[in-house]
Amino acid sequence: MAKITYIEHSGTEHVIDVKTGLSVMEGAVKNNIPGIDADCGGACACATCHVYVQEDWLEKTGTRSAMEESMLDFAEGVEANSRLSCQIKVTDALDGLVVTMPESQH
Amino acid sequence: MSDAHVVILGAGHAGGTAAALLRQYGHAGPVTLVGEEPIAPYQRPPLSKAWLKGEADADSLALKPLEFYAEANIDFRPGVRATTLDRAAKTVSLSDGTTLAYDLLILATGARAIALPIPGAEFSGVMFLRTAADAEALKAAVGPGRQLAVVGGGYIGLEVAASGRALGAEVVVLEREDRLLARVACEPLSTFFRGYHEQHGVRFELGASVTGFVGEAGHVTGVTLADGRVIACDAVVVGVGAHPNDELAKAAGLETARGVVVDLDARSVSDPDIFAIGDVAHRPMPIYDRMFRMESVPNALEQAKQAASAIVGRPRPAGECPWQWSDQFDLKLQIAGYPFDADQVLLRGDPATAKFAVFHLKGNQVQAVEAINSPPEFMMGKILILNRKPVNKAKLADPTISMKEVAA
Repeated sequence: MAKITYIEHSGTEHVIDVKTGLSVMEGAVKNNIPGIDADCGGACACATCHVYVQEDWLEKTGTRSAMEESMLDFAEGVEANSRLSCQIKVTDALDGLVVTMPESQH
Repeated sequence: MSDAHVVILGAGHAGGTAAALLRQYGHAGPVTLVGEEPIAPYQRPPLSKAWLKGEADADSLALKPLEFYAEANIDFRPGVRATTLDRAAKTVSLSDGTTLAYDLLILATGARAIALPIPGAEFSGVMFLRTAADAEALKAAVGPGRQLAVVGGGYIGLEVAASGRALGAEVVVLEREDRLLARVACEPLSTFFRGYHEQHGVRFELGASVTGFVGEAGHVTGVTLADGRVIACDAVVVGVGAHPNDELAKAAGLETARGVVVDLDARSVSDPDIFAIGDVAHRPMPIYDRMFRMESVPNALEQAKQAASAIVGRPRPAGECPWQWSDQFDLKLQIAGYPFDADQVLLRGDPATAKFAVFHLKGNQVQAVEAINSPPEFMMGKILILNRKPVNKAKLADPTISMKEVAA
């Protein structure tokens, strides 16, 4: 279990306990948190689960895969700390993670 | 009408998403979600892929945990189907004998697998893949040394074939047309998929018309072809398309074409209090200036957004480019758009490398792209389809020029 803070683009915060083994995307979607669409359900096929990972968590969340990298390359508003949240697996080490959502997922 | 009682018929990807979005968008009135299946809304795409291969469990398939519906004050009624719709009284009769009154109704009844009206279709072991229950039965029938026959070389058939091979089964795909994916993909893609599947041990019988099934003690043991051959098997998956569940709408006098005819808000053109979303809807697609029915998750989600937005008074979602995906072996196929009115097929990259894209052009405009292991082509293709910007074909055909430069 890890406590994850999802911050909507508007600034609204949602603090959720997410089960180990789920992805950061699933933690949001299963709790009906706005701002992460995840159209493909985690197949890394759509880039609609884009989040910004708070700087001090970048190392623990790992690196982008090649597929993720090339999908993100064409998403809107991509920054150095951008990730597809379906590709970040939740572990106990991510307890306290903070991610922020972009203005839109298109 | 924020206190309106919204009744959603169908608890698939479209219906389940519409219910959740209504709450996410702040709808305060009652929401009732009626589903024929015994379980809460779940994702169907993994049924032929990750789930079949044992890489995903029921919890991860669920759109939301079961508790969500009670917590979100959504009256979820599983195991029940609507039998009649009375538009004058604004009521729906359900199979459990109850009657529901609605202010607004969302039809999300989906589509059902088409059955083959041939001898032996009733044998056990002749299966479809539409629901979690179907997938459970298929999973039990597929394993090392088992012989699986797949009738229909479309996406479902090919995904099942790939997963079947991954599980160690012998797989033969029987396709009526002389190429795979005949209705849904271009010829270069058909040829590529055939070759790739053959390399992975899948056998194909193309131009093969299935005339019946043979069996012993009520269980299928083979598939009979028109040329008289019998293909031995332990199990069959029939994937020859789906039919929209629009009978309720038809009986209630709503206009239907290939499905329930709706406008840009997913609202029935015959009744302002009724919406239709997902596989059952025949909807406008402005970028192609026509109406059609789509069977895809992105379409279900988009229309769930349209209906929920219209109900709560949010602005209509921005126009979308329809898309879909398929995973087979280590291939990721991503398709954007539809090749309507296309006058040229342009290949970018080399199919022999299993990394290429096929663009369908109308003049200098991209109408559709089919991308294999090529996310940039898919992502930029989607943008080009939406913004209708003309492209330089010579640049597009040259994979050494990046998609960003092509679109610049």
